[in-house]
Amino acid sequence: MPAVEARNVVKRFGSREALRGVSLEAGPGERVAIIGPNGAGKTTLLSILAGIARPDGGQVDSPDGAVGWVPQQAALYRRLTVEENLLLFARLEGHEDPHASTEEMLELTGLRERREEIVARLSGGNQQRINIAIGLLSRPAVLLLDEPSVGLDPRQRSRLWEFVSRLGERGTTVIFSTHDIQEAERYGARLLVLADGEALFDGTPAGLREAVRREAPEAADRDFETAFVAYLHHRGH
Amino acid sequence: MRGVRWLLLKDLQILRRSPLQAVLLVLYPILIAVLVGFAISRGPEDPRVAFLNEVPPDTRISVGGGQLPKANVKDRICHRVECVFVDNREEAEERVESGDVLAALVLPSDLVNKINSLSTLTPGVPEVEVLVNEENAVKAELVDDRITTLLAQANLAIARRIGQEGSRYLDLIVNGGNFDILGQRIHILGMDATAQILIAVTPALPKQLRPSLEEVTKFATQARDNLDVAKPLIARLAQPIAVDKVVVGGASPPLEIFAIAVAATLTLAFVVVLLVAGSLALEREENAFPRLTRGLVSNTGLLAEKILLGIAVGLVVTLLMLIGMRFFVPLELDRIGLWLAAILAGAAALGAAGAALGAAAREVRAVSLLAFMVTLPIAFLSLVPSGAVSPAAFDAIRYLTALFPFKPALQAITAALDEAGPGIGGPLLHLAALFVVYAAIARLALRRFSAV
Repeated sequence: MPAVEARNVVKRFGSREALRGVSLEAGPGERVAIIGPNGAGKTTLLSILAGIARPDGGQVDSPDGAVGWVPQQAALYRRLTVEENLLLFARLEGHEDPHASTEEMLELTGLRERREEIVARLSGGNQQRINIAIGLLSRPAVLLLDEPSVGLDPRQRSRLWEFVSRLGERGTTVIFSTHDIQEAERYGARLLVLADGEALFDGTPAGLREAVRREAPEAADRDFETAFVAYLHHRGH
Repeated sequence: MRGVRWLLLKDLQILRRSPLQAVLLVLYPILIAVLVGFAISRGPEDPRVAFLNEVPPDTRISVGGGQLPKANVKDRICHRVECVFVDNREEAEERVESGDVLAALVLPSDLVNKINSLSTLTPGVPEVEVLVNEENAVKAELVDDRITTLLAQANLAIARRIGQEGSRYLDLIVNGGNFDILGQRIHILGMDATAQILIAVTPALPKQLRPSLEEVTKFATQARDNLDVAKPLIARLAQPIAVDKVVVGGASPPLEIFAIAVAATLTLAFVVVLLVAGSLALEREENAFPRLTRGLVSNTGLLAEKILLGIAVGLVVTLLMLIGMRFFVPLELDRIGLWLAAILAGAAALGAAGAALGAAAREVRAVSLLAFMVTLPIAFLSLVPSGAVSPAAFDAIRYLTALFPFKPALQAITAALDEAGPGIGGPLLHLAALFVVYAAIARLALRRFSAV
């Protein structure tokens, strides 16, 4: 039984179609990467899965209910401390023991030592970890991450993905968007390729490599990113 | 509404973490209170005017051969302005040119002689000289007004003295008495005694002479009766038109109470509107708005929390200001229940207006500027009194200011501070209506602008 399922989702902004009948299904503990160039519809699809935006067509189901959402830009209060942010959202989530939940998230993010620091003084990577931890406070079966690694240096990225991988091991379904094809290939067990609101591919990284080789043979011997661009070109994008 | 409590706590924590903002919120009302307090506890300073009196010391104004008592023109003038006595015209000119004094008033040596000539066949034109420096139009207007007023008062004082002397002579003619002239005392019989003598001697006269004497007696009696009427007429000559001020509407409290109400309302308006609009926009700026409204707190709950924040901070700051004002003006503390009602209603309506502004903006800086640009002109327009502009313009201002909570908040706070003004019920109802309207607008704006 899928943890979250979207069927033939359509979203329009005025006359522009941002999503054209996109479908997606993710099982428990699965890590799905949504990839595609800028303007492909990645954030729009995640917003619809998160329930922030309403689709103009199609259907979204999440049988277990709770879907955690982590926006691309850290959605937290920069003038509060790490602990105050976590405690506030734990209270807003209605946790019976918000202090215990805060301790749990401080442990998970590895920021226990920096709990009393004002968030504005933390690095972008650490802010993103708190951002994700806040998303986890709703104890979601599915966690949606919108381009979580944007603006982070390689070391911060590595720590972030290590953290995200641990979530998957805990049984949380993770769906993340990225425009970095190598990142998607490395951390996503399944890939959904979007371009101009259209789903071009849904399958494993190996399956995508095979599709690229088949549809853009002239670029098959080059690096995967170049081959992927050639694949998009062949598909008219 | 569980989330409202935690969000309120969070906003107060953020406020505490912004020392500049917190200090401004406390310092601003104290500054306003001190400024207004000083302004209303000290009267305006008298303008400095150079005064040159060239009239010889013992010269007196004469009426009908007699001299009027000294009019003390110098004292009268120097009671209204700060006199700087100068010795000559050059010094007077120098002080005016240098800006040391606002103007110079010169009483020429022939002034009294020319006044005395007014009761002769060759009357002169008594003149005083005023030296002014008109480099500043406002200053020139002020000098003109002050000098015109002073001369009108001097003329009035002289006319009253002349009137008093005239009445005294008339009294002598009617009732009789002694009159001193050129060192000699003359007894005046008077019309009253004349009529009595004539009536007494009439029976002793031959019959053919009696009708003529009765005519004279009748004239003396009529003259006595009618000249009595002339006395009040002479008294009115000095001030033919009297002022009888009747307040027919718009009963108002003392000026200092109104000034305090204006200061308190300005403080309340700026603190509440800026805080509510800014803190709502901050939710967007921090990207927290979609996260909060994804089930953690409803749009209505978020608006309620921001308005509550504005009410709480506005109440504390305005009360602090009013308590500060008590050092300057005795405010009635037993009306504190009405103070609270006015401040709470004003803060709620202003908070709802701030929420409507904040709901439509995404940046704190932009919304702060917008809130300032809306609040300041509305506050100024709310203070425009009737008659200061054309009736059509005043009607437009009245309708415009009725749409924003500043004016009803000012009316409510004025009524709460002093019982002399209009009642508090009307403004409170007005504020309640505006609260409902602005809260609805804010709710719509939040839904409209939060849609993805």
